[in-house]
Formats: sequence, structure tokens, C-alpha cells
Amino acid sequence: MKDNVTITGSAHTDRIHDSAIKHVTGAADYTDDIAQPEGTLHAYLGVSTVTHTRIVSLDLSAVRAAPGVVGVMTAADIPGHNDISPTGQNDEPVFPTDLIQFHGQPLFAVVAETRDAARRAAELAKVETEALPHALDPVQAIEAGYPHVTAPLKLERGDVEAGFANAPNRIKGRMVIGGQDHMYLEGQIAFAIPGEDDEVVVHCSTQHPSEAQHMVAHVLGVPSNAVVVNVRRMGGGFGGKESQMNIFAAVAALAAKKWNRAVKIRPDRDQDMTATGKRHDFVVDYDVAFDDEGRIEAVGGSFAARCGYSSDLSGPVTDRALFHADNAYFYPHVRLESRPMKTNTVSNTAFRGFGGPQGVIVAERMIEEIAYATGQDPLDVRKANFYGGEGRDLTPYHQQVTDNILDRLVGELEQSADYRARRQAIIDFNASSKVLKKGIALTPVKFGISFTATWYNQAGALIHVYNDGSIHLNHGGTEMGQGLNTKVAQVVAEAFQVNFERIKITKTTTEKVPNTSATAASSGSDLNGMAALNAAEQIKARLVDFACEHWGVAAEEVAFLPNRVRIGEETLSFDAFIKAAYMARVQLSAAGFYKTPDIHWDRDKGQGRPFYYYAYGAACSEVTIDTLTGEYRVERTDILHDVGRSLNPVLDRGQVEGAFIQGMGWLTTEELWWDTEGRLRTHAPSTYKIPLASDRPRVFNVDLADWSENRELTIKRSKAVGEPPFMLGISVFEALSMAVASVADYRECPRLDAPATPERVLMAVQRMKGA
Amino acid sequence: MQHRREIRFLLNGREVSVADVGASQTLLDFLRLDRRLTGTKEGCAEGDCGACTVLVGRLGAEGLSYQPVNACIRFLASCDGCHVVTVEHLSGPDGRLHPVQQAMVEHHGSQCGFCTPGFVMSLYALWMAVPKPSEKQVETALQGNLCRCTGYAPIIRAAVAVSQYGSPAADYLTTEREAITAQLRAMQDGARVVTGPEDNRAILPASVDDFAAALLEYPQATIVAGATDVGLWVTKFLKPIGPAIFIGHLDGLKEIEEGSDALTIGAGASYTDCEAAIGRHFPHLGPYWDRIAGWQVRNMGTVGGNIANGSPIGDTPPVLISLGAEVVLRKGDARRTLPLEAFFIDYGKQDRAAGEFVESIRVPLSAQGQRDAAYKISKRRDEDISSVAVGISVTLTGETITAARIAFGGMAATPKRAGEAEAALLGKTWGKAAFGAAAEALPRDFKPLSDWRASSDYRMLSAQNLLRRFYLEQDGAASPVQLTA
Repeated sequence: MKDNVTITGSAHTDRIHDSAIKHVTGAADYTDDIAQPEGTLHAYLGVSTVTHTRIVSLDLSAVRAAPGVVGVMTAADIPGHNDISPTGQNDEPVFPTDLIQFHGQPLFAVVAETRDAARRAAELAKVETEALPHALDPVQAIEAGYPHVTAPLKLERGDVEAGFANAPNRIKGRMVIGGQDHMYLEGQIAFAIPGEDDEVVVHCSTQHPSEAQHMVAHVLGVPSNAVVVNVRRMGGGFGGKESQMNIFAAVAALAAKKWNRAVKIRPDRDQDMTATGKRHDFVVDYDVAFDDEGRIEAVGGSFAARCGYSSDLSGPVTDRALFHADNAYFYPHVRLESRPMKTNTVSNTAFRGFGGPQGVIVAERMIEEIAYATGQDPLDVRKANFYGGEGRDLTPYHQQVTDNILDRLVGELEQSADYRARRQAIIDFNASSKVLKKGIALTPVKFGISFTATWYNQAGALIHVYNDGSIHLNHGGTEMGQGLNTKVAQVVAEAFQVNFERIKITKTTTEKVPNTSATAASSGSDLNGMAALNAAEQIKARLVDFACEHWGVAAEEVAFLPNRVRIGEETLSFDAFIKAAYMARVQLSAAGFYKTPDIHWDRDKGQGRPFYYYAYGAACSEVTIDTLTGEYRVERTDILHDVGRSLNPVLDRGQVEGAFIQGMGWLTTEELWWDTEGRLRTHAPSTYKIPLASDRPRVFNVDLADWSENRELTIKRSKAVGEPPFMLGISVFEALSMAVASVADYRECPRLDAPATPERVLMAVQRMKGA
Repeated sequence: MQHRREIRFLLNGREVSVADVGASQTLLDFLRLDRRLTGTKEGCAEGDCGACTVLVGRLGAEGLSYQPVNACIRFLASCDGCHVVTVEHLSGPDGRLHPVQQAMVEHHGSQCGFCTPGFVMSLYALWMAVPKPSEKQVETALQGNLCRCTGYAPIIRAAVAVSQYGSPAADYLTTEREAITAQLRAMQDGARVVTGPEDNRAILPASVDDFAAALLEYPQATIVAGATDVGLWVTKFLKPIGPAIFIGHLDGLKEIEEGSDALTIGAGASYTDCEAAIGRHFPHLGPYWDRIAGWQVRNMGTVGGNIANGSPIGDTPPVLISLGAEVVLRKGDARRTLPLEAFFIDYGKQDRAAGEFVESIRVPLSAQGQRDAAYKISKRRDEDISSVAVGISVTLTGETITAARIAFGGMAATPKRAGEAEAALLGKTWGKAAFGAAAEALPRDFKPLSDWRASSDYRMLSAQNLLRRFYLEQDGAASPVQLTA
């Protein structure tokens, strides 16, 4: 009778990831693990070995003649549209026809009996080209007069000129911020199985099955109803599978239809990293005016981004950089402009934070500038500039900040991390230690939750209750490790008051829930949890009606108790109740829907309420650097993060820990390095270094602000968690900066650029020594 | 004796015999494509991410021992006579989770789960070797496993707790040890194995002498020891490697001789095989050794291979050159000995004739008054290729520097001695001035390249500073002069 007292896996409880056992036994199937039909073919992309050229001729005769090859596909083989631009800008061909725009650009696909044969054949193309000049980074692009890939954004509030004119202090500077590769452990993959007529089913590792579906339909020239896209799980996404799977899904589907055989395409790691987009690098010119106490009076910022050759998601990404260029700070007068620069590099894309981190880090750089200029502890400058108080609650995009909890949150972390005493101890240590120097920083984050493309803030779910009482759950979100399916199932378990195990979590498929949004922008649980709850509530309402009618009771007399239902005086098991409802012909299936209320955004005016609410957090990190070599170690990190009323605290904590380390990697060892010819030379884990277990802080204390509750009516008053803690990694970067600053007695802002590799740290130390 | 045409090994619980195994056939593709053991994943196909980690048990001179290796760059042919254990073999027949798996589940050690089987296998090997590891030991064991989701903290918590869920004494590989040993023993027929198609031939010599003979028969053969480099020729560069002579199974090449005046390392000894002896005789190399690649690669890769492949950025040549190491080359029955630095002629060119192979490396023990250090600078501390590596050995007679051997990696087209810097030290009094002068001399020794690992300026500056670090450290600086792991 134990399960009658309480259900397993209710909301707000720790619950293991629904696939945890399958993960550790190797039984969890990823796309490459799905059993293949007989006769499955394998496709591989042939890519350019030049950077920016006109195509004179493309000779694929040697590719066709290679052993095992079934055929090749170029732009000419596309029956529909040769375009996979996710924002409809028609600037991203599957295969180019006359112009190569970056080194590593896919030019054709070869299809063969084995992946090995396809891969070998793909190397045999002869491409005759005519070189054009190239620009690889935003500065080169601006100098060369390159266009924007999409319309820039301007945010303005207050009287900026007067703000600068009247302030006693003003600093201008430039910050260079590197990009980041997703380095999901499971690379891109798609596997298409042809069906009758115009139909095709595509298994694809994607965060956005609906988009993959639309792209496949677009490229094949068939309606969306002919295409099914499925994904049970991804081996990591991080934004890299929001649009970058499109080419793989399209090629697999094209080939499957062309040869009427199942076709799989899986690039190797190097091709995955060179042919698909990354986090945007930025070059930011900032201009900040402040009073003698360090209070900001005016801010100007120009955010130039390396967007790559096409727009992809660069518009919303660069917009979000501006949305977060205030981080947690009130700017009385502000003007921010984005410059989404076209470059001859792979088209950059979504990555956890979606431009936000690049905005936040610039805000923190300005805080640092002010702190060194005024001789203050940067934490005091931060606190002095937090949103709050009379007339200090309006963002640069005119949204009022009404839910700020940073005063309490930062105050608690400052205490629990013993920040002030440790900072003093570090200053003392630095005074006597010649080679090793330490630094400490406590940095906050405020992150806006909602897609800024307002229509994306909708979701659907489908729940079937079968007549044996088992429940089948489906929704439009995708599982990439974050535990979304677990959380949504918890919501449903709680709604029906049944054990978690009763709910079958199923693959995401465009057949069950249509027109879904990407699982992105941290929105997965907020949107899909609500949609699933809506479906559950619909079925429950029908069940209550049935109970009232059948037992002759009032609705208040029907109660869903753990694994049973009480109707008046009678209690029956959930199974028996469902069986009775089925026999009485009650519909036990429902499609749920949700759209986020109260949000709106006028991009032309730069005004609105793009975000439903904000998530907050703070981290305090201590580092030691070696001033002879620039090597460093993270000694300790303390985190206090806000997830509202957590749906699953242990999974949320996992998101916080993982995001922090990923953010730290972005700002430390992860370096994208292009040579002058436009070749990305850090394109596999041998050359591109994400953090290892030994890189995590020597002491790592992570807590959730368990007192926080979302003031908006989100799912169970929880808050989104995927992206916000990524920016906690900035505390490591700022601590490194302090350690560098110690070399010149903290008189000057070191202006460390990101990523702060050992080389950048040592070179900054050298600059400080000369200062 | 007749050559054997097939390779034989134990795969999980079953004996497997595979005929016609091409030299370039990888273990990972065999597992996933041929056997549909899809728990083992491909993350990078270059031995850097660990998603493909499996255990390979081998009967060596010390009996049966299991090590985690990267299946992506392990060639199938090299598994002859071994026991290959994949993640599918861990949970019991009743589906009960293995203690390592149970610990990972209960500590929430997986998120996306793709790297997880690889972590499970590394932690399995660690738990068998060290049932209750420290966090530091866990970190060292996981240098070859990347996770992009968790940030590692829950995995570490799981790793240190595994013993709460079970004891290695009750583990299958312990309880079945004798039976497995007997099975593997029965496979040893002392025959040379020659398998695979004509253009992709794999040869496993029966002994070291047979290897010498085989190399004379196939003088252009690719010699494959641990495959941690050759593996990438296949998986990354699609290069043919046949005919290939595999030598990882030759116990005769793995001997480590701890003599009174020198340590001699057989060319087939892996980094792991010689770790203990290196630590005993050259304590300064202990921490350095832990930073060579990750555990899986240290279990596969050999010092001999690190030298023979001639890379300018190999970890061991600089630190061995500074110790005055010599390399023994063998062709047929003829042997010659070279100072290690003389082996490296130019980029991609070594002093090794066709039909000749590196047989052993002789490292003289440090003399009285000799001060040794080894430093490595890399973008990421662990499992990274060096931007700059250096071995420094300086001998003092009284206060006077009477010998100096300084060899750098990453600074030139080959691992190379810093002749000008050495000259700046020779005959000088031990002190800051001498090392300052050595640092000043370094630009006359090297004109380093700029690449994705480091710029020329950074290489030079950090190299100079490593000489300064050596002085400060040896001189007993008041505060620490380098970060420790």
C-alpha cells in the first residue's frame, strides 16, 4: 500500500533522468544506433578546400567512379528549393552553384554502399575555382566593406549624448570575445527511410524536428505532411542542432528519395566542426560614463559579430547580445547597436545563451573598467549599479525589471563564499608571492526568458491514457540530456497523481505534435510542461465529468489521490477508474497547447516586453595564475542560482554545474583558430580543448536559491535553467583578470580578451608589467 | 611453422575468430558495424574523447591484466589473443546494474548519456585497480574522457563512491579470471599471424626475432605498436597502412631493465608499463608522465613509438634527450646505438633505415650533482599536446655548472637541444645571472612557429621563463613557482 501514500516522481522532487539506466548500460539508442534496413546507403559531404572563390567547374567523375559509389548529388539534383536558411532569407544553399563562401563548405554529396567508401570518394572531386579576396573576422569584414547578413538592431533609451557630456568620467575600450564550438559528444547525423508517394521518414539528431521537417519538405518540393522527423534523444545539442542539422536531414532525405533506399549521413568530427556553425565571436567597442562613486551614467556599445557567410540565426543571436549588454545593471542613458557582419567563415549559429553571454561579459568588462578607475572592489561597483530603486528599473529595451532578486542572492553568496575576507587574503598573498598570483571575482547574471521571436513561445503535447491505466506522453520538446522528458513526465504524474513509472516517455516526432518550436532558449520545460499539463487537465476534466455522472456526485467530491481516485465515499484504483471510463466511452486522449502570455516585442522601435521573466544567479571564483607561463588553476567556485521552485532540483543542479563548466571552457581553453587562408585549425578534440574533469574548480559548491519562486505563472512556479548558469563562468574570467591586474598593483584594467588561454594570460601579464 | 590467417580473441563472454582482418580495420567499427554492440560510441575517432572506451585484457609477463583503451584507434588485428570487454558485458544476466553503473545512476552522472558508456568503462578499470580512489586518482583516470554536459562533478562523486555498491572481488573479471586466463592461454599457438587482403595486410610476428625477420621481408611496412598515432592516419587521413606489422603483443619488446647505471625501456613498453620505473629513477618525470595524453592513450602508446614517429611535439623526446638517452636500433640481428638527439634529422625524417626498428631506449641515471626538471606548457593542462616542452639537466660541481643539457619540443622542426642556452650556462656560477643569460641566448637557438597551439612569441617567452622557473625552483624560492596538480 506504500504507493498509495505518495506517488513516485512528483514535481519538485529529485528524480533520476528517465534514461539514466539506459545511458550507463549502453542501451540508450542514438540515431546511429538504430537498426538499419537492408540495403541502407551512406552519404558523405564533399567540401571546399578554398575559402572564397567562384566555381569554374566541378568535376565529380572520379567520385562517381570510386569503389562502392552509387551516385553523387549536387545542386542540380534538388527537386525543390536549394535553400535551408532557417529564417527564410534564402541565403543558405544546400549546395552552392557558383560561389564558394567558406573553407569547408559542402559542395556535393556522394552516396555509397558503405560510409567508408563514401568518405573516401568524397575526397576525389576536382574543383576548378577563381579566387576572390576574403574577410575572416568582423574587423576585416568592416574594413573590407562587407554587408550585414541581416538587419542590425539598435536599442536606445534616455539622452545618450547628454549622459556622456555630463558625466565626470568616461572610458572607451574594445573587447574581443571568441566563439565556441558545441563539441556535443554525438556529432550531426540523419538517417532517412523513403516511403510511398512523396513520403519520407527522417531520424535526426535535432533540437528542432519541425524545422528539419520543413527544410526537408522545402528541398524535396513536397508539402510538410509528407515528411516525418523523429528524435528519441540527442548526445548533446547546446544550440548546435537547432538549425545545423538541416543540411544532413536534407541530404539524407534527398538521397533516400532519389535511390529509394534508406540513407544515413554522419560526418566525422572534423567535418562536423568545420562545416557547421558555432557561437559567434564578437568585437565590441564600448563607451561608458560614470560618476566618482562608480555609478554608470551612460553606455554606448557597438557589437560586431562574426556571422559567417549567411544569416542563419545571427539576427536573433546578435539581438540577444544587445538584450543582455546590461546584464544586471541599470544604464540611465544607453545606445547599443549590433553589427551582424558577413564573413567568409562557416555560418555561426545558436549556442547556449544565444548571444546573451557575449553581451553579459561586456557589461562585466565595463564594471571592471570602472572598478580599476575608481579604485574599488568590483563587487561594490556591481552592487551600486544593480537594477532597483526609484526610476532604476528600465532596461535598454524599455522592459521593466520587476522580479530582481540579486540584492539578496548576491548578498547570500558573498557571505557563504566568504568573499571579502578571501579577497583581502588574496591581496596579501599577491604582495608576497613573486611568481604565482591569485584573483577572485563574484559576478551576477540576469537572463531574460522567452524566445524574442514571440511566435516561438508556443508548444503542444499529446497524452493518451490507455484503458489499462498506462499513460503515453508526447510533447514537442526534444531530449538532449537536460532531463526535459523527466520533468514533463513529473508534471503529468503529479497531475494524474500516478507513479512516474506509469508514464511512457516517447520519441519526439512531428507526427504527434505539429509546428513545434526548437527546444532552445531554455524554454523546454516552461513551454512543454505547460502544454502537457493542459492535455492532462483536459483528460482529467472529462474523467471528473464522467465520475459525477456515473456515481452521481458533485465535482468537488472527485479527488485524484496517489494512484487511486476517490469518488464520494468510494475509492478505486486508477486502473479500475480508467477502465470504467473507457467502458463508458470517455475520450482518454488529448492534445494540449500553451502559449506564453503577456509578451510582445517591436523590433523596429526597440521596445516591448520580450521576456516573460528573468532568471538570476551569481558565482564567486578564485584562481591562481603562473606569471612565468600564463598557466592557471581554478581553486574554488561557489554558486548560488535561481531556478524558481525547481521541478527537479537534482537535474537543475546538474544543469547549473554543467553550464558553469561549459561557460568556463568558452572563456579559458576553448579557442577557435583560423589560419590566414580561412581554414579552421582547431577542429577536433585533439586541437580544440574543452574542459576536463581536472579543470573543474578544486572546490566547487553549488546551491540553488531554494527560497526563490517565479512571480509569473510558469509551470509550477519554476524557472528556466538551461542557459542562465552558462554565464556564471564569467566569474573565472574576471578572477583571472584580477590576478593579472595584481602585477601592476590593480591600477589598471588588464583588458583581457577571451578566451583567456595561458598565452593570453601571459601576454596580459607582460602588458601589465610594462604598464 | 604455418602462418595463421585469422585472429582470435575473447569478446565479452565468447570466443571470436575473424578471418581476413585488414590492417586498417578498427576495433570500434568491428564492434558497432559487425557485432552491433552499439553501446560503444564514436565521438572523435582520434583517441581524445573516450566515448569508445573498452577494456582490453591481455596475458602479459605478469599474468592477465585489463586496461581501458580507445576502440576507435585500436586496430582489430592487435586484439589477437586478448579479451575485449564492452559496456554490454557489465550488467548481470538478470539485468542488475554493475556497481559502477549503479553509482553513476544514483549520482546523476549522465545527462545526454553519449559519453557515459566510455566513462563507465574507465571507471570500471579504475575501480578494479583502485577500489577506493581519491578525487585526484579519478581525475587522472578520466583525463581521456570528455563530457560536455555534466561538468564532471557528479561523475567524480560517483567514482569515489563505487565501492559502496560492490567489491571488485565479486566482479566477473575477478571470479572468472582463471577461466579467462586458460582460454587466452589456449589461443596462444606461437604462430605468426598474416591476415587481411594483399593491399591491407596485417602481420603479427611470433616474437621479437620474428619481427626483425618480418621487417626484412616487408621493409616498407608500417610498424604499429600502440596505434595512437597510426590509428589517426587511418581514421583521420584515410591513409593506407598495409602492410602493417603489429608489435603491441610482443612481450620481448616490453622489457624494462633497471640497471645500476641506466634504465632501459623496451620500445614496445607503453607509457603505463614504464610509469613506475620512470617514477622511481626519475622522480621529476612522475608528474610529467601523468600529463602525457589520457589514460587510454597511455595504456596503448609507447615511448618507442613516441620517438620513432619523429614528431617535433612528442612529449618524451625532449625530456629523454636532456637525460642523455640513447636509442638502440636493430635491423635483422645487427644493432646500433645513437644519441637520441641524433635520431631526429629533420621534420619527418629520422635516422632509421628500411628494415630497421627502434628496439629499446637507454636512459642513463642522473649523476651526482645533476639537477633535472621537465616542464610542459599546453592550452589545457591535461590531455593536450604541448605548445612547449622542455627537459633540463644541469650538473653542478660545487657552485659551478659543469654540464648542461636542455632540450625543447615545440620550438623547432624536431625535438632539439638549446646549444646556445647550454653554452651560456657552462662554466658559470649557479645563479640568477647565468639563467638570465641562458634565457637571453634562447632566441639564437630557436625560431618557433606560430600555430593554433601557440604563437611564436608566446613559445619563446614561455620557453625563456621555463629556464627562469628552473632556477627559482632549484634555488629553493620562498613561495611556490609553479602550479601543482
